Amino acid sequence: MEKKKSKTLKEKMDIGRVDQIIDKYRGDASYLIQVLLDIQSENNWLPKEALERVAERLKVPLTRIQHIATFYKAFSLVPKGRHGIHVCMGTACHVRGAKRVLDSVQDLTGIRPGETDLDMKFSLETVNCLGCCALGPVVEIDGKTHGKMAPAKAADILKNYE
Amino acid sequence: MARLNSPEALEKFRKEILSKRNPDTPCISICAGAGCIASGAEDVIAAFKAEIRKEGLTADVDTKGTGCPGFCERGPVVVIYPEEICYLQVTPADVPEIVAQTIKAKKVVERLLFVDPATGDKAVHESDISFYKNQQRTLIGSNIKIDPKSIEDYLAIGGYTALPKVLTGMTPEQVVAEVKKSNLRGRGGAGFPTGSKWEGSRNAPEPIKYVIVNADEGDPGAFMDRALLEGNPHSILEGLIIGGYAVGAHEGYIYVRQEYPLAVENVTLAIRQAEDYGLIGKDILGSGFDFKVIVHQGAGAFVCGESTALMTALEGRVGEPRPKYVRSNIKGLWERPSVLNNVETWANVPLIINKGADWFTQIGTEGSKGTKIFSLVGKITNTGLVEVPMGITLKDIIYKIGGGIPGGRRFKAVQTGGPSGGCIPESLLNLEVGFDELTRAGSMMGSGGMIVMDEDTCMVDVARYFTSFLTDESCGKCVPCREGLRQMHKILTNITEGRGKEGDIELLELLSEVAKEASLCALGKSAPNPFLSTLHYFRNEYEAHIKEKRCPALYCKELIAHYIDPAKCQACMMCLRKCPVGAIDGGKNRIHVIDQNKCTNCGTCFEVCPARFGAVRKISGEPVPAPIPEEERNISRKSKEK
Repeated sequence: MEKKKSKTLKEKMDIGRVDQIIDKYRGDASYLIQVLLDIQSENNWLPKEALERVAERLKVPLTRIQHIATFYKAFSLVPKGRHGIHVCMGTACHVRGAKRVLDSVQDLTGIRPGETDLDMKFSLETVNCLGCCALGPVVEIDGKTHGKMAPAKAADILKNYE
Repeated sequence: MARLNSPEALEKFRKEILSKRNPDTPCISICAGAGCIASGAEDVIAAFKAEIRKEGLTADVDTKGTGCPGFCERGPVVVIYPEEICYLQVTPADVPEIVAQTIKAKKVVERLLFVDPATGDKAVHESDISFYKNQQRTLIGSNIKIDPKSIEDYLAIGGYTALPKVLTGMTPEQVVAEVKKSNLRGRGGAGFPTGSKWEGSRNAPEPIKYVIVNADEGDPGAFMDRALLEGNPHSILEGLIIGGYAVGAHEGYIYVRQEYPLAVENVTLAIRQAEDYGLIGKDILGSGFDFKVIVHQGAGAFVCGESTALMTALEGRVGEPRPKYVRSNIKGLWERPSVLNNVETWANVPLIINKGADWFTQIGTEGSKGTKIFSLVGKITNTGLVEVPMGITLKDIIYKIGGGIPGGRRFKAVQTGGPSGGCIPESLLNLEVGFDELTRAGSMMGSGGMIVMDEDTCMVDVARYFTSFLTDESCGKCVPCREGLRQMHKILTNITEGRGKEGDIELLELLSEVAKEASLCALGKSAPNPFLSTLHYFRNEYEAHIKEKRCPALYCKELIAHYIDPAKCQACMMCLRKCPVGAIDGGKNRIHVIDQNKCTNCGTCFEVCPARFGAVRKISGEPVPAPIPEEERNISRKSKEK
């Protein structure tokens, strides 16, 4: 019960905070993407209420905001899991076997890229290059980079996340 | 701190900084670039700081996290000045020994030095290492010497000397003329002459103009711009301010990917420092020139690296390209003249001003001047960033600097130019690197990604990979790119999964033709390159996939099988334990057999089988041998039976 409560709190974003972000950019509509990025980075996803507020304050149609929120990869319109897994599919990682690492991460978590599991534990994404090519194949979990990955190593690492 | 109101005040301040610095004071520089941080550099920096404090040396030794020197393969990299001793793959456990031996006793810790794999010689200094010896590092060489978060460090190595020179001694026209004379060409991919671009904007009638840094480095496998922006942000700012002065712009933008948080942080800090000193802002150095810089983060869209798409993104809209009937240097951001250059192009500007166009044109080939940073990655011994003069051969980059292919494998191809580029085969390794030379070989310079592939890389899969990348990143505005690439990707996937059929190659060629001719922007126009270049040089691989359902590189999962050679299997249980799907049957002293119906070809058994046995092999294009009869599966170990 306690857990559920904290989740609902996290899913909703304080509108006052959205206003603060908008004020930081002086309500200038050309900073729309920057405003959304700030909300995304703070909240991990873009709740509908926040987008409505942005539309109202910046005087931008909600459709345009949705166009942007679905066009750019950084944005998510659904809540994300506690741990974000980013499997690098850049060329250097690809030629060193990133596909096989991704396959095994998919098998282990039961989700495909873009999905979040039902327990809200993991969200899986592929990225196109983290720039740590010397360590490829690379998997980044919650901002920590795990290098020289192999299918067998993925299981050992994912075990450490609760 | 006081604003610097004149070039003299700037020089005075520089002298003050230098007078406080003794070049003989030991300085421990630890790479704090993203690659080394991923290898644990932050812990190493913390360990050095703690050790120096513990030994009471804080006043006598400088310790700093610096920009990326490029040798990511052996990170974390530590260089100790003034001796310039270079230690590689340093861990926190090595720190007390380094401080005791090198800092206090002035001795070299041999075991942390670079050992040349060919000769076995140890290299003490950075400049002795074969990886660095054959480079010409005019842009990236300063990275390891400065803390990117310190403007004083940049001033101490002679930074911001080109800016006062331009503001007090040159007219904007002279600056444009100097850049034109240098023949500097855009480092972002297309290689457009920078000076001409500037001149077009300068002469455009609209009074408000912009200069923009393109730091939306989206090519997978390329991180040159990140290293510059993270490691030496002031050099890019200085170039940008000079560009603004030359073009007549008073506003500059830096469009940087949000995937590069450290670059965003360092460049934002650099702008604030430059503002504090009056190097950005109103009346810069008393010259009357005003200039401000704004950082804009990209939100993850490859197409935004395209000039017109980037500008629409800057306006706060969806980044879609527009047709270029009028070039963006005439009508760009907010429909005003806008000069957009790549990070590396801007970084070259202060050098050209300081050393002169004549110095710059001495380096390079007829059509391509100066140096170029490449990110050398993939199946290569020394992964990292290499800065070389234009005109060096691919062979020299891959073998002399890169140290060749690891694991005794054979070189197959090198891919340049990112997703829009192409693969260059072994027969063309003597090719000189330059904009026109690479285009003639069916590839392109691009922004500088250089991905080395060995015999285990399937070229059809490489084409499929890039096409998949571009299908995903297509903005969807024009049909040839949105629909054409989707179909190409489908056909290529079919081929790699064993469903290729006669006529596929011809259909792909047709789709390529249309995408090349009819797409709106460079993304679509160049998207067929990976397919066309691999087809041109590796047609046999396509045919093997289609006709024989065989992957010659033994890579494509659907076309291979894993098989344990009963003559070699020592029943060590390694693969059996590690197999994620339980497809391997066997036991102690019982030869292992893979159940082909259960096997997912994940390759784990192939990886874990001890090299001295080498019992697991991949098979393609031929049936898997039948398992040996049960009664022959027991291994009798003679030594034990005696």
